Amino acid sequence: MKALDRKLLRDLRRIWAQSLAIAMVLACGIMIMVAAQSTQRALTGTQAAYYDHHRFADIFAQATRAPNGLLAEIAEIDGVAQVDGRISFHAVLDIDGVGAPAMGRIVSMPPDPSVGLNVPLVRRGRLPDPDQLSQIALNEPFAEAHGLVPGSTLRAVLNGQLRELEVTGWVLSPEFIYTVAPGMMMPDDSRFGVIWLNEAGAAALKDMEGAFNDVALRLARGADTRAVIAELDHLLEPFGGVGAQPRTDQTSHAFLDSELQQLGALALFLPPIFLLVAGFLVNMVLTRLIAMERAQIGLMRALGYHRLEIGAHYMKLAGLIGVLGLAIGWGAGWWLGEGMLAIYGDFFRFPFLMRDPALGAVALSGALGLLAVFLGAFRAMNAAIRLAPAEAMSPPAPPRFSRGRADRLLVALRLRQSAMMILRSILRWPGRAAITVLGVSMSVGVLVSSYFVFDAIAVVQERVFDQGNRQQVTLALASAEPARAVEDAYALPGVVAAEGGYAVPVRLINGHRTHLTAMQAHGEGAQLARLIDDYTGPVTLPGAGLVLPERLARNLDVRPGSRVQVELLTPPREVLDLPVTRVIHQSFGGEVHISQAALFEAMRIAPQVNQIHLRVDPAQMAALQERIKTLPAIAGLSDWQDVRDQFDATLNESLLTMALIYTTIGLMIAVGVVYNAARIQLSERSHELATLRVLGFTRAEVGFVLVGEIMLLAVLAVPIGWLLGYQFAQGMVEAISTDVVQLPFAISRRTFAMASIAVLLAALASVLLVRRRLDRVDLASALKARD
Amino acid sequence: MTLAPDTTRPIFVAQDVTRVFRTGAVEVRALRGVTLSLQEGEMVVLLGASGSGKSTFMNILGGLDKPTEGQVFFRETELTRASDAELTRYRRDHVGFVFQFYNLVPSLTACENVALVTEIARNPLRPEAALELMGLGGRLDHFPAELSGGEQQRVAIARAIAKQPDVLLCDEPTGALDSKTGVQVLEALCRVNEELGTATVLITHNADIQRIAHRVVTLTDGRVSSDEPNTARVSPAEVSW
Ligand SMILES: Nc1ncnc2c1ncn2[C@@H]1O[C@H](COP(=O)(O)OP(=O)(O)O)[C@@H](O)[C@H]1O
Ligand SMILES: [Mg+2]
Repeated sequence: MKALDRKLLRDLRRIWAQSLAIAMVLACGIMIMVAAQSTQRALTGTQAAYYDHHRFADIFAQATRAPNGLLAEIAEIDGVAQVDGRISFHAVLDIDGVGAPAMGRIVSMPPDPSVGLNVPLVRRGRLPDPDQLSQIALNEPFAEAHGLVPGSTLRAVLNGQLRELEVTGWVLSPEFIYTVAPGMMMPDDSRFGVIWLNEAGAAALKDMEGAFNDVALRLARGADTRAVIAELDHLLEPFGGVGAQPRTDQTSHAFLDSELQQLGALALFLPPIFLLVAGFLVNMVLTRLIAMERAQIGLMRALGYHRLEIGAHYMKLAGLIGVLGLAIGWGAGWWLGEGMLAIYGDFFRFPFLMRDPALGAVALSGALGLLAVFLGAFRAMNAAIRLAPAEAMSPPAPPRFSRGRADRLLVALRLRQSAMMILRSILRWPGRAAITVLGVSMSVGVLVSSYFVFDAIAVVQERVFDQGNRQQVTLALASAEPARAVEDAYALPGVVAAEGGYAVPVRLINGHRTHLTAMQAHGEGAQLARLIDDYTGPVTLPGAGLVLPERLARNLDVRPGSRVQVELLTPPREVLDLPVTRVIHQSFGGEVHISQAALFEAMRIAPQVNQIHLRVDPAQMAALQERIKTLPAIAGLSDWQDVRDQFDATLNESLLTMALIYTTIGLMIAVGVVYNAARIQLSERSHELATLRVLGFTRAEVGFVLVGEIMLLAVLAVPIGWLLGYQFAQGMVEAISTDVVQLPFAISRRTFAMASIAVLLAALASVLLVRRRLDRVDLASALKARD
Repeated sequence: MTLAPDTTRPIFVAQDVTRVFRTGAVEVRALRGVTLSLQEGEMVVLLGASGSGKSTFMNILGGLDKPTEGQVFFRETELTRASDAELTRYRRDHVGFVFQFYNLVPSLTACENVALVTEIARNPLRPEAALELMGLGGRLDHFPAELSGGEQQRVAIARAIAKQPDVLLCDEPTGALDSKTGVQVLEALCRVNEELGTATVLITHNADIQRIAHRVVTLTDGRVSSDEPNTARVSPAEVSW
């Protein structure tokens, strides 16, 4: 080994703790990048393969009742490769031993489902016999939640009668990876299930022999989705078509894609911060090392080493730190990626997982990581290797203590000498102080931007549950009823308040932009189900005109004042031309809102309801639930308390894990920066500090000079960290907002406080670790050393 | 074998060399027109008060620095016109340096400090051999911190001679040493000069050391104030401290 390389390894060993601290900061960035990317790619690949194997459809449409003969016409549409007509509807389910009724989506299954689209995958038991009309298969999560093993039974209100159905097997389907009940915002496996029923059975139940009300299409490669949808809508319109949806709008797919999108955003959002800090740290440490080795650099130049050889020497040192960071980051990224993949795989219940090493992310993270440390190193060494050798060998001019304005101010303050030393030192090495402040503030920022998610969730909880949906139960009616149906609801057990709602599927049109959604009509002075803006609270609906959530307004490119065409997709199927009066922020939901008065006036019909919101005496809840299971007029029911519990449970679990990970990596920045800054400070000032000891200062007093400076900088960094955190959180809101979820932007004081306290404690612990070295300084030799 | 200096072939020729340092508004004229030639194989002692420009002049000879005006030749090569890369090559191939504060790399052992040079030299001695020559055969694996001042300086000399340089430039090599170790170092330098015929420039402000030289040059205020051959050479042991 070359002598120079040996020097390198010994240097590295001497500053191993500092190098490790830098490598860890770098590793955090690399880890996130690799883990998020590999998980995202693996899930995307798995999703694609799963879709492909099971022929997940490209277009979905529903109608009221269309003759099977129409399927041939649909198949004729240019670009359609395969058509599956089926019968699908919702029903209230009654399961033994479960008080609250559940909701089921029932889908008909052809005699041989394996040749159709959205092929179900049998996980347990078997599919129903084609000639056994009361046999069903259940989607696995729902069956599992209730222990409905093959052979058990459940009851459903079908066509006005309570019927007993026998479970033959559990299945999974690419169509129902994410099962969200209509009108809900989260999957709830105990309250919403998918039921596969034989075609003949479904037809008999719904009087649909020779007809279908649901169709799925697979497109040929290169087909024009928009054109196919337009033709399909045209064909289905006479049969009550409510507008075909491309796969991108299919509920399960949209939720899944939203998760994958967020993962992708994660891979890009935080890593740059870590790489930046790692670069700065390399710069800081190398600047110090080179300052200490200035004479050695001059010497080597005198011995005939070229300046590039010496530059390469220090670059190698930075490179080794970088490689260490990469190795740790890649390893941890792989490990975290495996963990995330397992969690997501379980959550989505993918029948198989296609791992993806994300070599692209590995390579990119490697290149960026090395670039960061090399840039940091380059800046540190560039000036040093350019010094003429003779100059490098002469000791540097003693640092000039400025007698500038800042210093005069210090003097005027009549501080104690130890405080003076701290402040002078900051003025003397402003670069290092700046990096320390920047690093610590980034740490605060990362924590703020990860804790902020809790605040956003709290806002959602308050807005959605405490203010927006104050009903305990929402009943979905099987068909629209006159408004007085609300009065009838008071006859149900335990009902203390009832309110009617009306929702209708619509197509919103603005020029060439169209969007399928539901229009929700709100009653005047509604007290239970209220429209809420995340930022401003309850929204009073305008007398005429529409209220749109931000995302929908953006997708349609409309703002208050614009006009939108609203095509009602149920009879009377009119097209209304309505103004947009307000745009609001909502975390969940992409529905358009209108007042009932305005809607029914525009439709020129008497007020109707198809939802009833109820406030219920808790003591009578069970009785109400029992009653609802037998009411044919009720197609479904949502229990808001249950939704809320589910929401809290799902989020709190995953968020706590996330917060733990972010806290760890966020604090890693503070530890890396403070530890290095303190070590460098100790080395720069060991002479000075030893002198203080010789003069009779106690260890504690000398320690104060070291700890005080770092903690002063850390405290200064906190407000900057708040600003950064504010920015990061804003970026985060942008990055992880998708069509299905838009987090509100809100940061609580508690978040700012917790982030600051955590970082200050980490900083204090790091500097105290360095302070212990003061005890080991040999006073005599510290005074002799020139450096 | 004892080689006499070849007084007919100059190894260095300096012509009207001036060097001005500018630091901010202050201008220091370290050299004010030095004209001097040094011969192959010669042992020259450069005397002068502190601040008279000795180190500056030697740095220029060694290609560590360039004059503000004037010319310097090493044999046929004009150093004053050489590029930075050429000067690096020149130092690597021809010059050995010894400094007052030894300037060893603290994280390398004695042997490795010498290897630092032999690895890049054209026709080097083995590091062990060079150290042997300095009487340090038993100290190969010691780090600088484990060696005495005299030993460190002898490692530095071993490092300087290991490349078999054409010229050895020593800036106050005994300045930090006591008399006993100082004598050892001077003896080492004389031995290299005599046995290998290496031209040697030795800066000192201890006037008595001039008695070991072939020639003594004195600088005063950046000018050569005297340049005399020494007819009565003595061995280092006779130098008084
Ligand atoms: N890099 C430098 N910058 C400014 N002045 C310098 C520098 N090097 C030397 N000098 C000045 O040049 C003069 C000669 O210095 P030097 O050659 O080191 O003297 P000597 O070695 O004879 O003691 C001194 O006044 C010194 O302060
Ligand atoms: Mg000098």
